[in-house]
Amino acid sequence: MKILVTVKEVAEVEDEFQISGLDVDESYLEYDLNEWDDYAVEEAVQTSEENDDVEVVTVTIGPERSEETIRMALAKGADRAIRVWDDSLAGADYLSVEAKAELLAAVAEEEEPDLIFSGVQAADDSNGATGVALANKLDMEWAAVVNTLDLDIEGGVAHVHRELEGGIEELTDVQTPAVLTIQSGINEPRYASLRGIRQAQQKPLDVQELGDLGLDESTLESDVSRTSMYEPESESDATLWEGSPEETAGELADFLRDKGVVEG
Amino acid sequence: MTVLAITEHRRGELRDVSYEVITAGRELADELGGELHLGVISGDVDSFADDLNRDGVDAIHTVDHGEEFNHDVYAQAIPQLYEASGADVLLMPNTVNGLDYAPAVADDLDLPLVTDAIALDGGDTTEVTREQYGGKVETTYDVEADQYALTVRPAEWPQAEGDGDAEVGAVDVDIDEDAIGSEVTGFEEVGGGDVDITEADVLVSIGRGIEEEENLVLVEELAETLGATLSSSRPIVDNGWLPKNRQVGQSGKVVTPDVYIAIGISGAVQHVAGMKGADTIVAINTDPNAPIYDLADYGIVDDLFDVVPELIEEFGGEAPNL
Ligand SMILES: Cc1cc2nc3c(=O)[nH]c(=O)nc-3n(C[C@H](O)[C@H](O)[C@H](O)COP(=O)(O)OP(=O)(O)OC[C@H]3O[C@@H](n4cnc5c(N)ncnc54)[C@H](O)[C@@H]3O)c2cc1C
Repeated sequence: MKILVTVKEVAEVEDEFQISGLDVDESYLEYDLNEWDDYAVEEAVQTSEENDDVEVVTVTIGPERSEETIRMALAKGADRAIRVWDDSLAGADYLSVEAKAELLAAVAEEEEPDLIFSGVQAADDSNGATGVALANKLDMEWAAVVNTLDLDIEGGVAHVHRELEGGIEELTDVQTPAVLTIQSGINEPRYASLRGIRQAQQKPLDVQELGDLGLDESTLESDVSRTSMYEPESESDATLWEGSPEETAGELADFLRDKGVVEG
Repeated sequence: MTVLAITEHRRGELRDVSYEVITAGRELADELGGELHLGVISGDVDSFADDLNRDGVDAIHTVDHGEEFNHDVYAQAIPQLYEASGADVLLMPNTVNGLDYAPAVADDLDLPLVTDAIALDGGDTTEVTREQYGGKVETTYDVEADQYALTVRPAEWPQAEGDGDAEVGAVDVDIDEDAIGSEVTGFEEVGGGDVDITEADVLVSIGRGIEEEENLVLVEELAETLGATLSSSRPIVDNGWLPKNRQVGQSGKVVTPDVYIAIGISGAVQHVAGMKGADTIVAINTDPNAPIYDLADYGIVDDLFDVVPELIEEFGGEAPNL
């Protein structure tokens, strides 16, 4: 069995930052493995540990820099990785949901996985849409926001819980092959061991260009374009207490006493 | 121009977002100069249609098929409703269920999709406002297509009110039962247990800023000193440091205490969904740009590891050594 995991390297913005053009200035960004993808990788690796002959392959759309993140996923137990990138991708200012799903679908069509795990959303642009769009392109079943997975490989069914709003979970049976978008909390992602990190250096990381996937630049065209990015006007009318921790804590304490929250 | 908005229900009840998509859809239809249609799929569609027949709705299309949400039914029914209603814009809720069908429907209809809109501005090109980087920045997107799909964030638009005189009609859609590869088998409530954070008057709520499980004693001590109840954002629960019944937010509990002290919590939209009803919100966070400050009434921009021990001592408690 083969599990394909979509892995994204996401940017986090530092506390103080500046925007230049249509994005946060590069110097204020730090990159990391997307939180939700970390859970997706873990779920795949656990599945491979619990069953015989499961190969875990990661796929990432990203520049060379993202190899650091990809190696992290390999260090956690993925068997090999695919990275999709070329000049036309580097030149695109915005990758739509459709374009991403198209690129990932082309990889999936070559790999023919039995299952695809994808994070519920990416922490940077939070579209929350790639996994389900990908499933549809591949004509696979899917389930979004999965926080429990009980896989019946023989029966070809994934028994999942989907985490709905308000502390309610939906129990759903999904026929495989399927794409599951993985919610945080489904497992406990492991830390990469030193041994894992060493081994990851030896694992295959294959770079594919659009042409290798039988696609061309037209895949990247979109009717949606980003037109601005700005710091939202603060709606804050918060009273900020200033001073040393002792002083600010004193202010908060006075407030809580005035409110009658605490006595003394 | 016609906007088709899809409504949502669960276990026999329409969800608030159903009335919000009416407001969002009506605004957009007005800007584009067109009609607002609603799609109501599965469940007691007739009584749902009655409730949804509010001011500004031009037509309601019902699809009587099954009791509960099933994404395969929605994914088949919506494209047919879209075609039948002559819609141009497809508006869907950015809920957990919306995320479970909207991308598939948009893909089937070959419509560009923009998710999680917090504002819409219809025109020659429709402008969609979204958040990025956990709410630290906003972005706008232009949609340069005549037909497109959007999902809208819950609780951003007010709920539509007032009686309407929409035309209500059942639509016969073709559902291929063989193409239904998923089946909802039930529901489960989670997060019962020892403490009910929804009952608390004062919540000390901790987020990822606490860094390590060992550091939790600090806020436990604070909660005890204040006679408050300890709650948290999601990562704390995901890490298994606190039980699920302590989680505040969209997928956790909705709380309405007199005082909510958010410590090391950024204020992501899914967290805010659970605590914005608090009477007074106090934030302690090192990041002055954290979205929690948009909500907070009072704030301390500083390191929680410096402030919380002082606060404990203010009330005669003893701050644990970390
Ligand atoms: C479908 C779905 C449902 C979700 N449901 C929920 C939900 O119910 N509840 C929920 O909370 N989340 C939920 N989330 C997750 C949500 O998107 C955020 O990831 C989460 O709320 C972030 O938690 P946080 O604020 O604790 O962490 P972060 O966003 O990482 O914020 C940590 C904050 O701590 C501050 N900080 C760091 N160190 C210090 C220090 N020493 N002193 C003071 N401040 C410090 C930082 O500046 C930062 O603002 C959901 C997500 C999805 C996709």
